Amino acid sequence: MEINKDYAVQMRGITKIFNNSVALDSVDLDVKKGETHAILGENGAGKSTLMNILYGLYGADTGEIYLNGEKVNIYNPSCAISYGIGMVHQHFMLIEKFTVMQNIILGTETTDKFGIINTRKAKKKILDIISRYGMKVELKRRVRNISVGMQQKVEILKALYRGAEILILDEPTAVLTPYEIDELMEIIECLKRDGKTIIIITHKLKEIKKSSKECTIIRKGKFVDRVEVQEESEQSLAEKMVGRKVKLSVEKKPAKAGEVIFRIENLCVKSERGLDAVKNLSLSLKRGEIYGLAGIEGNGQKELLEAIISKRYAESGKILMGDKEIQNTSVRNVLDSKISIIHEDRHKDGSILSMSVADNAILDKYRKKPFCVNGFLNYEERDKFTDSLIKEYDIRPVNCKNTKIRNLSGGNQQKLIIGREVSSNPDLLIAVQPTRGLDVGAIEYVHKILVRLRDEGKAVLLISLELDEILDLSDRVAVIYDGSIAGEFTQEEANEHNVGLLMAGGKGNDRENS
Amino acid sequence: MIEKIAKFLKTPFACTSIAVVCGFMVACGILLVTGYSASQSLAIMVNSVFSRPKFIVNVILKSTPIILTALSVAFAFKAGLFNIGAEGQYIISTVFATIVGILCDFHPAIQIPLVILSGVAAGAIFGGLVGMLKSKFGIHEVLTSIMFNWIALYFCNYIALSERFNKPDSDGSYPINPSGFTLLLNDWKFSDQGREFLRNNYFLNDVILKTDFNLNFLVAVVVAVLSWVMIYKTKKGYELRVAGLNPDAAQNAGINVPRNIFYTMLISGALSGLAGALSITGTSLHGIQSLAMFENYGFNGLSVALIAGSSPVGCIFAGLMFSALIYSGQSLQFKIGAPSEIVNIMIGVIVFFVALVRIVPSLINKFLERKAKLDVK
Repeated sequence: MEINKDYAVQMRGITKIFNNSVALDSVDLDVKKGETHAILGENGAGKSTLMNILYGLYGADTGEIYLNGEKVNIYNPSCAISYGIGMVHQHFMLIEKFTVMQNIILGTETTDKFGIINTRKAKKKILDIISRYGMKVELKRRVRNISVGMQQKVEILKALYRGAEILILDEPTAVLTPYEIDELMEIIECLKRDGKTIIIITHKLKEIKKSSKECTIIRKGKFVDRVEVQEESEQSLAEKMVGRKVKLSVEKKPAKAGEVIFRIENLCVKSERGLDAVKNLSLSLKRGEIYGLAGIEGNGQKELLEAIISKRYAESGKILMGDKEIQNTSVRNVLDSKISIIHEDRHKDGSILSMSVADNAILDKYRKKPFCVNGFLNYEERDKFTDSLIKEYDIRPVNCKNTKIRNLSGGNQQKLIIGREVSSNPDLLIAVQPTRGLDVGAIEYVHKILVRLRDEGKAVLLISLELDEILDLSDRVAVIYDGSIAGEFTQEEANEHNVGLLMAGGKGNDRENS
Repeated sequence: MIEKIAKFLKTPFACTSIAVVCGFMVACGILLVTGYSASQSLAIMVNSVFSRPKFIVNVILKSTPIILTALSVAFAFKAGLFNIGAEGQYIISTVFATIVGILCDFHPAIQIPLVILSGVAAGAIFGGLVGMLKSKFGIHEVLTSIMFNWIALYFCNYIALSERFNKPDSDGSYPINPSGFTLLLNDWKFSDQGREFLRNNYFLNDVILKTDFNLNFLVAVVVAVLSWVMIYKTKKGYELRVAGLNPDAAQNAGINVPRNIFYTMLISGALSGLAGALSITGTSLHGIQSLAMFENYGFNGLSVALIAGSSPVGCIFAGLMFSALIYSGQSLQFKIGAPSEIVNIMIGVIVFFVALVRIVPSLINKFLERKAKLDVK
């Protein structure tokens, strides 16, 4: 394609080498002015690296960048900002203790001659942007007190405040609820109407279909294809991204549910701030079924999980594993009752980033034989076990036993964690957002394992914000709303409409009957 | 070849050595600026450590408490805690070791363990209290331990000057009863027979008669190795590291994080306590002095732990180096009148560079990357 004024961004032959490994190999990118362009690729394919180069965070080893048909050199982010490029990173770069307003103007404060910040002028400009794009943001609140979706809007505002014409969004929906995703799509639409160019990095096919006109696909650092989104199916996009045939829907046989293994009866739990977070919640799980708990973030899922694993005090009610009451005991006791948990935040809750893969592999079983004998750790057993996990769960690179888990890709970290939890042979596996931030290939794999566990006669409690995942996987679907179960469906009954309605607080059919 | 050198430079040992060399260079610069000959000063420093067996032994003896307090700090570091209270734990241990050593007088086989254990226990209680305040009430360990340092200091002064323990016409207490000394060959070396024997042997005379010859250093080495085993080889050590690196994940793995904090501070305090107790039993005066200011055994331990990168075995070598620097700094002042503070500057610079040389590995990576690119072209 010719270098052309109609294109906001054109990148030619971008190559980047990290530590002797090629992250990007002569990649081209063409983004039309005033359009939404998606960059699709698996984790570690090089999407973020490419965008970081455009934003000046890395220098490319070879290759050229053209903005509006003119060749530019982008040395650092402030240089990129001066060219009108803004970026919203996957992990937000906000200062939690500052207010929204302070975060937006940080680094570009307008001051008077005594060096005092002129907030009035800044505020006017921000309010201007807010009203133009219909973003609901409270400027006075501190960032740590606002939701993730709100934080993302702050990041977008920050970029716009700096005069961004080209906005890069790195995995913008990874942390959002379905409702927040819709809101984001509206904002993107608004920005586009205003003539802004938007680049979305993602591996979620649905959103590409929803938001973008064109899409560049990258695989393993190489340019694969540039397509018109409307002419492709989700299936064909996925195949181009992964490089092989993939199954987007979960394949499973009908469930053979056994006896009830886990019950919660009238559980009440208070939140951090002392408010009732879980209210009289009851549910029960049978062996051999996947029980999906759908719900929008902040409806008591966090407190429910913490109460189940005895990290949070249960005010009243019972949690029973088999016939044993386990509420308000200890995490250790819960784990010893054959419950395993795949936590939502694998970095904060599920692994020790600066420890080796092998050390992480025994995190839930280090105190048991054969890993611990007479108080001493048995490193031989640990290594043997880690090797078996690496082999069984296809964790890459193969010789990663002694590398820090931090250096593994997200998908491989998750595989290790899942392998670890599953290998403890639990009767109940609680999986919270087990596919968060994973690419299609890894998601397929995780789902397969959950179904396999079910078929082996274990109970699986799946707590997820992603409705599609719940609907695909669960044999029974329950909706948690405002701390209690708003309704329960079998897989056949459940659909996006009736479950979605309950998630949003509407009344479902079974509510009216009762 | 270049890869091999690069790999070596990336090791912690090489990084620390670079930091030490940088520290010396800065110190030389300061000496030059203040009008002293750098080469002469360095020669004096080296001489004052290595020229006589007595000096070497003294350096080793003096390193013992520093190594132990460094271990105390490093141990807490490994569990994610900052034990700045090593100083107070050291002092309180000397106080209790002195009290018990003066009040009791049993056969050495009982007296020595008794004195040492009372010191260790005092340090452990001081550390444990800090840990308890943190685990029960969430009070930051740095705040409480700084306050505990002052409590220990003034309590020490109170005991040293109290009627029961104060040695008349001095600022200090009586020495503990000799049955509690951990000096080696102490009776023999002052007997006629011993003097006669040592007179004919310059080396032994210098090493044994002219110093507080004891085996405390060996105790420190053994404790360092034990700490290493505990941290890296045992279940408790694993729990401690996990809880230090990621308390959330630790809790989810069934580890009782608050209890871990308590135990860690208890052990850390005990290690500082051991340092204090061994100083009382092993080095002369064998008692406590009323202090106007901290003696810095604990704070020096902090520097040593930093230099050692909180590696327990590294603490031994860093402690020896530290002790040698302090020892040679004193002769620097004595011989050419250069202020002994020059050594403190040197130590400060070394600690500073130890933190700084963490960038060396990434610098080397960058260099290799650039080279790889050139090779490609």
